[in-house]
Amino acid sequence: MTGAPILEVQNLTRAYRKGGLFGGSSFKAVDNVSFTLPAEPQVFSIVGESGSGKTTIARMILRLVEPSEGSIRLLGRPLSGKSSDRIDNTEFRRLVQPIFQNPFEAFSAYLPVEFYLRRTALNLKIARNDAQAVEATDLALKSVGLSYERIRGKYIRQFSGGELQRISVARALIPKPKLIVADEPVSMVDASLRMSIVNLFRQIVEEQGVSFIYITHDLSTAYYLSDQVSIMNTGRVVESGAPTEILDNPTQAYTRELMAAIPTVGQRWGELADIDRKFGYADTRQKSASTHQTINHNA
Amino acid sequence: MITVDNVTVGYGTAGFIKAVDQVSLTINDNEILGIAGESGSGKSTLMRAVYGDFSTGLRIQSGTVTGRFEDARTGKVIEAQSSQFAPLWWDQLSYIPQGSMSVLNPLMKIEAQVVDGLPAREKQGSSRALRQRIADFLAGFGLEETVLDAYPHQLSGGMRQRVLVAIAAFVNPRLILADEPTTALDVVVQKKILLMMVEIQRRQRNSLVLVSHDLGVHYQITDRLVIMYQGRIVEQGPTAEVFANPQHDYTKNLIASLPRLHGKRAVEVVGASA
Repeated sequence: MTGAPILEVQNLTRAYRKGGLFGGSSFKAVDNVSFTLPAEPQVFSIVGESGSGKTTIARMILRLVEPSEGSIRLLGRPLSGKSSDRIDNTEFRRLVQPIFQNPFEAFSAYLPVEFYLRRTALNLKIARNDAQAVEATDLALKSVGLSYERIRGKYIRQFSGGELQRISVARALIPKPKLIVADEPVSMVDASLRMSIVNLFRQIVEEQGVSFIYITHDLSTAYYLSDQVSIMNTGRVVESGAPTEILDNPTQAYTRELMAAIPTVGQRWGELADIDRKFGYADTRQKSASTHQTINHNA
Repeated sequence: MITVDNVTVGYGTAGFIKAVDQVSLTINDNEILGIAGESGSGKSTLMRAVYGDFSTGLRIQSGTVTGRFEDARTGKVIEAQSSQFAPLWWDQLSYIPQGSMSVLNPLMKIEAQVVDGLPAREKQGSSRALRQRIADFLAGFGLEETVLDAYPHQLSGGMRQRVLVAIAAFVNPRLILADEPTTALDVVVQKKILLMMVEIQRRQRNSLVLVSHDLGVHYQITDRLVIMYQGRIVEQGPTAEVFANPQHDYTKNLIASLPRLHGKRAVEVVGASA
């Protein structure tokens, strides 16, 4: 596949003023960040902690925040500025769709959820009438393993977090976008369901040719899901590349710190052994297995 | 410390919605007990029943939660049902909830909030001396004295959560219940708080119950692990043993679905099934 890159981000900076009306200083939430998503559909992850600037980048790509400096080009065309080939709003929203962290806040509690999906189809002129809107909605829901019939007439509180997040993925898919910007889409979802959503993203990339910008603080899901990873700290990209490269051979101290903080299964943190030693605590993990039991209910 | 005997807990005044179904477990002295399970599995309800907080329409339908607390100062032993725990709160058992912002009073400085929750005997003597003791305690966890003069919104989420942990541990309670204490936080901050909690437990030799849906957290810090599913305990045992040799299918799935930093990636998994 050839063609213009999906997204080109060049020297992107967003500064905020800090301090009083006079004096005060400028604070760069995002500082001179550049990256490119090539034309081939893929997952590009931006990993960082709170305050690293990852959400500000997402907002600039979604045109919710104007960059202070630098440019973002979508399919070769500028997202901001006054040039004549700037993408207009409806077209933009057909090409780029967001998925947010908390699906319970993404939909109102007072209307059935399917209303929003039909609205998306109508507003973005994917459908000309209600029947077509239902059809487009059903198609999108089926690609996330649900259907219009199943969600019809239900309100947000009648869904689990995982199910509702699937519905917001379906909503984003209605206009058949080129790019989905997902800001912490699984951090509110239960651990047991997290991987099924992450696998769903990969499936959408491969079957529907949609690219993802996956924004997360969780290096392990980023490793699992993405083709490229950028690690951010205090507004700057500190390291980027293929996930296997970065995690097998991190060159930056910050990346190593981030990796060391993940509560992985298999190896305990060294600091814990230090604490145990300091207080003379015998490791109870070596105790016999005799108390391990499964409870079989015959309900 | 605490014996939960075949307890069924639920909500409602007119009807009764069961959230915890015939659960039995013991919380031993000097241990970190983990409770894992997804939202809706009954972990938080069980915690509230153990804490004895029935203000939210919570009701124990059958079974008992019995506590046995030994006062470290007087040596007196108190035995009670969880419905009578309220006078023991903070003194013998304390609770660390998930959302630090919704728990701390936005209109009060941190110092006032710490002092507010203390039992009367801690408040004897001058307020300056008390402040100094609190400041010293916080310093042990890398929190500066200036934190005491801040309003909650002036602190980051991680900082607030560390303040809550410190408040809960300050009076040296015998049991600390922590309900998803690090769930909304970044991994680096999460690690700091978990290490802080382990250090408190090892130093005070009390019991810590940690509720979390993140099995990685349980693997790291808990001594024993209880797995809940749909209001019931499906498996319990020493943490290392549960991970090495999971018995119940639900536990096996939970462990298998953990993302790792090396090994299989989605490209392989999804690509293979497509």
